[in-house]
Amino acid sequence: MTKLLSYQEKDTWIHRLCGVTKLLFFLLWCITSALTYDTRILAAMIAISLALFAMSKTEWKQVAGVFKMVLIFMVLNVVAIFLLSPYQGCEIYGSHTVLFQWFAGHDVTAEELFYLLNVVMKYFTIAPSIFIFMVTTDPSEFAASLSRVGVPYMASYSVAIALRYIPDVQGDFRRIRNAQEARGIEMSGKAKLKDRITRTASIIFPLLFSSMEHISVVSNAMELRGFGKKKTRTWYAQRKLQAGDYIVLALSVVFTVIALVITFHDGSRFYNPFAG
Amino acid sequence: MDKKKFGIQEVVATGIGTALFVVLTTVQIPTGIPNTALQPRMAVLAFFAAVFGPIVGGIVGLLGHALGDALFYGSVWWSWVFPEGVVGIAIGALAVKYAVREGGFGKKQIILFNVVQVIANAVAWIVVAPVLDILVYAEPANKVFLQGVAAWGGNIVIIGILGTLLLAAYAKVAGKSSSLTKEN
Amino acid sequence: MEPIIEFKNFSFKYRAQQEPTLYDINLKIYPGEKILIAGPSGSGKSTLAHCINALIPCSFRGDVKGTLRVCGQEPAKAGVFGMSKKVGTVLQDTDGQFIGMTVAEDLAFALENDAVPQNEMYERVNKVAELVSMSSFLTHAPGELSGGQKQRVSLGGVLVDDVDILLFDEPLANLDPATGKRTIALIDEILKKEKLMVLIVEHRLEDVLYKDVDRIIVVNEGRIIADERPDDLLCKDVLEQQGIREPLYITAIKHAIRGSDKKLQPKDAPQHIESMRVEPYREDVLRWFTQVELPNRRNENQPILEVKNLSFAYSPDAPRVLSDINFTIRRGEMLSIVGKNGAGKSTLSSLICGFYRPAKGQILLNGKDISPLSVKERGEQIGLVMQSPNQMISKPMIMEEVGLGLAVRGVPAKEIEERVHETLKICGLYPFRNWPVNALSFGQKKRVSIASILVMNPQVLILDEPTAGQDYRHYTEIMEFLKKLNEEMGLTIIMITHDMHLMLEYTDRAIVLADGHLITDDTPAKVLTNEEAADRAYLKKTSLYDLAIKCGIEKPDELVDRFIAYERTLRRAKQQEDTAGTGKAGGRKGENR
Repeated sequence: MTKLLSYQEKDTWIHRLCGVTKLLFFLLWCITSALTYDTRILAAMIAISLALFAMSKTEWKQVAGVFKMVLIFMVLNVVAIFLLSPYQGCEIYGSHTVLFQWFAGHDVTAEELFYLLNVVMKYFTIAPSIFIFMVTTDPSEFAASLSRVGVPYMASYSVAIALRYIPDVQGDFRRIRNAQEARGIEMSGKAKLKDRITRTASIIFPLLFSSMEHISVVSNAMELRGFGKKKTRTWYAQRKLQAGDYIVLALSVVFTVIALVITFHDGSRFYNPFAG
Repeated sequence: MDKKKFGIQEVVATGIGTALFVVLTTVQIPTGIPNTALQPRMAVLAFFAAVFGPIVGGIVGLLGHALGDALFYGSVWWSWVFPEGVVGIAIGALAVKYAVREGGFGKKQIILFNVVQVIANAVAWIVVAPVLDILVYAEPANKVFLQGVAAWGGNIVIIGILGTLLLAAYAKVAGKSSSLTKEN
Repeated sequence: MEPIIEFKNFSFKYRAQQEPTLYDINLKIYPGEKILIAGPSGSGKSTLAHCINALIPCSFRGDVKGTLRVCGQEPAKAGVFGMSKKVGTVLQDTDGQFIGMTVAEDLAFALENDAVPQNEMYERVNKVAELVSMSSFLTHAPGELSGGQKQRVSLGGVLVDDVDILLFDEPLANLDPATGKRTIALIDEILKKEKLMVLIVEHRLEDVLYKDVDRIIVVNEGRIIADERPDDLLCKDVLEQQGIREPLYITAIKHAIRGSDKKLQPKDAPQHIESMRVEPYREDVLRWFTQVELPNRRNENQPILEVKNLSFAYSPDAPRVLSDINFTIRRGEMLSIVGKNGAGKSTLSSLICGFYRPAKGQILLNGKDISPLSVKERGEQIGLVMQSPNQMISKPMIMEEVGLGLAVRGVPAKEIEERVHETLKICGLYPFRNWPVNALSFGQKKRVSIASILVMNPQVLILDEPTAGQDYRHYTEIMEFLKKLNEEMGLTIIMITHDMHLMLEYTDRAIVLADGHLITDDTPAKVLTNEEAADRAYLKKTSLYDLAIKCGIEKPDELVDRFIAYERTLRRAKQQEDTAGTGKAGGRKGENR
C-alpha cells in the first residue's frame, strides 16, 4: 500500500503552532498560489516553502513517496496542456516567439514554455506546504482547533472521526482484499471492464457493510458517553493561540495582500517578460 | 432514529464515510483509455450521499477529496474538491426518495438515482470544475473541458454500475426480507 | 436498603418483532452488589442491559410494559444522556468504543461532552488513568494498544464520570484468556476502591467467576430462569439445561459423581477451584478418571503442509514479527495455533496464504515449495475463512455468494450449480439455498462463509477465530460441523484461536506462538498444564489442572485428556439422539446484535 503522509511528533516552532493557524496559513497560501501568475512571487513562495520545510525538520523519507506522486501528476498535467493547448502561453502573453518547430504546424514557443514554467512552479509552492501541514499537525489538536474558527463542533468531530478511523479502515480494507483475492476475486488482472467493476464490488461491499455496522456501534458508544447533549463542548487536545500563532497569522495575511497587490497592480495576474 | 438533521449517526457516518473515501483514493480500475481510470471511491461517495443525505454526502465529498489528495498525492486542487461536494449534495438531496435503508431500492429508485447522478456529475465536472480551473488556475479551456468530460464519463460509469450495485445489495441487507420458506 | 435497580413486571418488545424479547421481569439489585447475567445469544440478556442504560427504548424502539427504576430514575424518561451520568457502559467492541484519537482524549471524551474546563479535565483524566493503570500510555493511539489495554481505556472512559453503576456487555469476548482474567481482577479492584454496583453480561462463566460474584442471574427466552448465589447455582443443573457452559472442574466433578447418590454441595464452596473443598469428591474423580478410555489419536499420514525456518519482518530493517518457525502438519489433522494478540498468529496465516512474502524460509504443500504460487493459486488449495462472516460475504444471495469463487475462475454455470448444491448440502444450508444471506442467523452466515471456501475443494482450511463472540450452543454447532468436515472429508483444519475450550475439545495438537517464536508444539492438554508455556503465551491453565492437583493425580494432563474424551462420547451420543428424533428447527432467528 502507498505510504501516506502522517504526523510525527517533533519539537520545532512549526510543530508548536496551533493546527488552525497552520490551516489558515495553508488556505491563504493555496489562494495566493492559485491566483498569482507572477513568476517573481511564485519564486519567492518556493523559497519560503523550502525554508519552512527545512525548519520543520521533516525528513526526506517521510515525504519521498508522496513527492514522487506530485511529480507524476505534474508531468502529466504539463504534457496535457502542451499537447492540447500549445499556444495558451501566446494568448496569455500576447506574442509568438518560435523557438523551433516540433513537427509540421506545431511550434514550440518561448511563451508556452514560460507559461508551463509558472504552472510547474505552482506545484512546488503547494507541495512543501502540504507536507509541512500534514507531518507537523497533531490530528487530535487539529480537529479540536477547527471549532475555534467557527466550525460547529458536530462537524469538527466528523473530521476527528475521519482521522481516527483512516488507519482502521485501511487495515480492514487490506484484510478483506487479501481474503477475497485468495478466493480468486482480484481487482486487477485481465478481465473485461464490467467484470473488473463487479469484482471490485465484491471487495468493497464487505468493507462497506462492516463500516455500516461500525457506524451504529460507534454512534451508540458516543451517545452512551454523552456526545451531543450540550450546545458547546470542550476539547482535551485544544491549545490556546500563542503569540507565535498571531505573528504567523499576521505575516500570512500581510504576505497574501502584498503578493496579490504586486500580482494585480498592472491589471493582469501574469508577469509578462515578453512585453516591451 | 430521530429525524434530526445532523445527529450523532450522521456525525459518525460522515467521519467513517470520509475515511473510506480516503482509503479508496488509490484504488483505480484502469479503463484501457490512457489517464482515465475509474474511481471506486466515487461509488462510495454516492452510496453515503444516497443513504445519509446531502450534508453527509457534501462533507464526505469535500473533506474526503481534499484529505485523500493531500495524503496520497501531496496536492490539493480546490477546483476539483468543490465539485466533489456538489456531487455529494446533489445525490444526497433526494436521499429520502431512494429509501435505501427501508429496503426500497427498486427499479424506480435505481432509475431516479442514476438520472440524478448523471446530472449531478455533469454539473460538477463539465461546469463547475472547468470553470473554476479557468477562473482560479487560468488553465487552458479546451484542456480543462476535455478533462471534465472524461471525469464525467468515468464517474457516471462507476457510480452507475458500482454505486447501484452497492446500494441495491445494501438495501437487500438492510431491509426486511419477505416471507421465506425452506425448500427440500 | 433501597434497590438501585428495580424491574417490576417489566416486558419489552422490539418494534420490528412479533414476540416480546423480555417477559415480566422482576428483579432487584442493591448498591455494592456484583451481578453476573448469563444466558445464550438471543436470550434477552443484552436487551436487559440496554434497558438499564436507556439505549432501550431511546435508540432501539419498542413497546415497554411495567416499570424500571435505576438510581431513582426512569431510564426511558431520563434518556441516554441522563442515564450516562449514573450508568457507565463498557461495550464488547473495544475498537468501536475507543472514540478518541489517543488514550487521554478517549478518557476525556465524556468530560469534553459535558463542557468541563480543560484544567479540571487534565486532573480527572490523570486520576482515572492511574486507576486503570494506563498513565504511561496517555499519548498512544488505539492502533498501538492491545485488546486488554483498549478495554482498560473503555473502562476508564466511563469511570471518569463518577457513575454509580458499571455495566459490562460481554467484556471477555475479544480477549485472550490471560487478559480476560486480568480484566476481571481489575473490575474487582475498582469495586473495592470505588462505591459501585457492577453488572456483567457474559456467557464465559468460568472466567468471570475468577473473582467473587454476589449473584448469578440466568436469563433465557426473555425470562429470568434463576437468580442465585454462585455456590448454590453451580450445584444445580440449571446452567447446563440453559446451554451455558459450567466451569470445567464443576462439569468434571458432576461427571464423576453421576450415578452415585452424591450431589455437589454449596457448603464446599464450588465458586473457585482454588478455595473449593474437593475432598468429598476426590475418590469419585479418581475412580471416574481411570474408567475413561483414552483414544489413540496419533496421525501418521503424509505431511501436507511444512513450514521450514520461516522468518518475517515488514521491512528489512524492522524487527522480526516471526523468527525461525518450524512445523509439519499431516493430512487430516485438526490443530490450533494459539498465543496472545500480536504473537504472530495472523502473520503466519498471511504468509501461508501468500499475502506476505517470507524474509527467510520455506513453506511446502505436499512436499512442493509454494513460493512461486500466487495468492489466487494458493487459495485453490488452502482456504482462508475470516473471523467475521460479514468481512467475506459480498453477494446478497446465498447461491451467488457460495458460487462466487468458482464463477470468477470461469467454471461453467452448470458445474457451479452442481458444486454449490453439493456444498450447501454438506453445510446444512441446502434448504435455504434461495434465501438472501441477511435472513440467516450469525452461525448460519458463518457456515455460508465456510461453504464459499469449501466449494473450491481446498486441501487445507485455515479459520481465524471461528467461534469468536459465539455462545455455547452456536460454538458447539460450528465446531461439530468442522469436526465432521475433518473426519468425513479428511480435510486438514488449522484454527487460529485464543479460545482454550476450543483448543482442548476439538484439536489434537496446539502450536503455541509467543513474540514471534514457536515455543511449544504439543497436545492441548499438555500445553494447558504447562505453566511456563501458558504464561509466556498469555494462555490460562485450565481449571482441570487445579482439580487434578487437588485430587492428587500425578499427570494432570491425563485428567484433561480423559475429560475431553468423555465429553466427546457424550456429545456424540446426544447428537445421535437428536438426529434420530425430530430434526433441529432451523430457519430465521431474530437475533439482536
